[in-house]
Amino acid sequence: MSAVLSALVHDYAAHTPLRLRAIDAYMAFCAVIALVQLVYCVLVGSFPYNAFLAGFGSAAACFVFAAALRIKSDERNAHQFSGSPEGAFAEFVFCHIVLHFIVANFLG
Amino acid sequence: MKVLGLSAVDQTRLLRICILGLISIVAIGSRLYSVLRFESVIHEFDPWFNYRTTKYLVHHGFEKFWNWFDESAWYPLGRVVGGTLYPGIMVTSAAIYNALHALNIPVDIRNVCVFLAPGFSALTAIATYQLGKEVKNETAGLLAAAFMGVAPGYISRSVAGSYDNEGIAIFLLVLTFWLWLRAVRVGSAMSAAVCALSYFYMVSAWGGYVFIINLIPLHVCVLLAMGRFSNRLYVAYSTFYALGTLASMQIPFVGFQPTFTSEHMAALGAFGLIQVVAAAYYVRARVTAVQFRTFVACAAVLVAALLACVLVVLSMRGAVAPWTGRFYSLWDTAYAKVHIPIIASVSEHQPTAWPNFFFDLNVLIWLFPAGIYFSFRELSDNHVFLILYSVFAAYFAGVMVRLILTLTPIVCVLAGVAVANVFEAYLSHSPGPGVAQVPRAAIMGAMLFLLCSFQWHSSWITSTAYSSPSVVLASRGPDGSHHIIDDFREAYYWLRRNTEPHERVLSWWDYGYQLAGMADRPTLVDNNTWNNTHIATVGRIMASDEDTAYDLARRHDVDYVLVVFGAMLGYSGDDINKFLWMIRIAQGVYPNDVREQDFFNSAGEYAIGDTASKAMRESLLHKLCYYRFGDVMGAQAFDRVRKQRLPSSVTLHNFEEAYTTENWMVRIYRVKDLDNLGRSHKNAAQFDST
Repeated sequence: MSAVLSALVHDYAAHTPLRLRAIDAYMAFCAVIALVQLVYCVLVGSFPYNAFLAGFGSAAACFVFAAALRIKSDERNAHQFSGSPEGAFAEFVFCHIVLHFIVANFLG
Repeated sequence: MKVLGLSAVDQTRLLRICILGLISIVAIGSRLYSVLRFESVIHEFDPWFNYRTTKYLVHHGFEKFWNWFDESAWYPLGRVVGGTLYPGIMVTSAAIYNALHALNIPVDIRNVCVFLAPGFSALTAIATYQLGKEVKNETAGLLAAAFMGVAPGYISRSVAGSYDNEGIAIFLLVLTFWLWLRAVRVGSAMSAAVCALSYFYMVSAWGGYVFIINLIPLHVCVLLAMGRFSNRLYVAYSTFYALGTLASMQIPFVGFQPTFTSEHMAALGAFGLIQVVAAAYYVRARVTAVQFRTFVACAAVLVAALLACVLVVLSMRGAVAPWTGRFYSLWDTAYAKVHIPIIASVSEHQPTAWPNFFFDLNVLIWLFPAGIYFSFRELSDNHVFLILYSVFAAYFAGVMVRLILTLTPIVCVLAGVAVANVFEAYLSHSPGPGVAQVPRAAIMGAMLFLLCSFQWHSSWITSTAYSSPSVVLASRGPDGSHHIIDDFREAYYWLRRNTEPHERVLSWWDYGYQLAGMADRPTLVDNNTWNNTHIATVGRIMASDEDTAYDLARRHDVDYVLVVFGAMLGYSGDDINKFLWMIRIAQGVYPNDVREQDFFNSAGEYAIGDTASKAMRESLLHKLCYYRFGDVMGAQAFDRVRKQRLPSSVTLHNFEEAYTTENWMVRIYRVKDLDNLGRSHKNAAQFDST
């Protein structure tokens, strides 16, 4: 199992361009934020529930949107999608705008 | 050949736009029968509640509507209206009303409400065109739109005047599914985001959104099981779920349900699953096969252990709620009759009889399996979705008559696909393998005849079966003259004009919304049926003898009692026919006071005349219905609905007759005030008569 992990790390270090690494760092950040909120909720309690869901949900949604952007920015996947990387980024921005309105209403 | 100076491509485009325009006109036009025959009035029962809340929204503004607590419903409990309704249809109507008024077109809110469903049916036809085009090509789309525009299964809930949630919900259902299929095919996050917004609009409009939020994850899971994971699927579903779930929690009626109810767990499970599968595919692309197998084995064990722990903890704490009664009864069809009689008593919740399918879908019902066959032949990701939708919609339509509505869109789309395939095979100009000219013409002729007969059938069904307002009835006299029976509105307006605004009316829950909407008086129970005990109390009042009923009615501050009685006209939907359901519901809560067996006579018949059992003869409903009916019917007194002779004498002491309508359909009684000298009313009457 450790051999698999080291092979993964090597492959990642060698073949991942800077753009994708930036997105990966952002994804890791979103995941950490979501985890922190979840731990807080488990330890301290879920009141007010809507605020917890809004925070956790927005962190998870940001993770998901960044993952979608990463998938579409990867040249290896270019043949699966018809749009350009700029189009992918435009979709990313649109999703975030929609998310913003929903979360702003949900926070209470 | 250039027509209007357009190229061939543009000509076909213009032709398509014209066809869609004609389909819209036909869709709207065929829904207007009741407006032309009667008037522009809201139909049935539930739409009256939607109409009343829309009026409130338009006159008091959104803030007051969102936070409205209605004291006049469910007296004395009240109802938090803002938090217990699906606001989509009201907000839509109010938006259209405000837009028209901003343009200085003074349309009455009633007319906006009455004509909303036909307008949206035209939009549904266009959305079905898009869905058909997405799945196959424009021909299939146009055919699907033509079918959807007039299909009786959909018309039944979207005629002019049927101001109910399904009117806009079916449009949103088709729109959401179209956007979802496009998102999966193209892998576009934008389509998925717009799909999530459409899903949010659907959640605000109808409780049937549960169908969408279970069908889409099912589609995802089946694709994963078929080994068809793709990046497009990941992008589409993750974006849809993340935005859609957060958005759906903005509706107060849905609230936090997506986090703990069983109806929403499939979506959450699919979301987690697709993250895991995506990670696995990422790893697989970067390591050798042997290493990948080790990785998967370890990861699988880890994830399974984690999930097991989480599941055990959650179910021990009771955090995951089981399926609610309404949806559980779709699986266990005998459940509702035993445990929740109210769900079982609604006629549109009964299982579907075979003729209903032909009645509502005609030719489409046998084109539908042909369409499924063609879906299996191509079997892209989208076709898997169509097959799943067909199977589950067909099952649910078989269990509950009302759900033929959700079956209709997929039947129209797949029938369109089937007919498009027929057209392609027999209309192509290529001198292809061996289909000679004469059989070709014969088959196309037969096909055209069947399609025309479908349109004719749909129009006839709409005209005869689905255009009745239910509030106003019509019949023909012996000489063929039209006779309008307007007793319901007569009674409600009598209440409106002759009683104080605070006086409370007791009736069976069917009439609650109409009473609130037309008579504008407080009611005890209405069609919302959220409080079974309160309804059982009303049932007990109707089923008890006069003195007990009087006592209970005074305790609930009841001023008037309203009953519907169809014996003079032969109207079989009256309260005496519903009496058994009242008794069953009351028995569920008060088993010691009300027993169903007591209301059948010694021969086991449901008799209402002189052979009736003691409990039946003394019950309040029997007395209120048959009081003085013998006088007007004369010596040959006969109940036209039960086909029995009337009881010879009916006495009433604690209630006095306030109003009876022209055809004796609705009878209103006043609950007498206490006697001045403290006697019982029976003794007071005896004293007065001596």
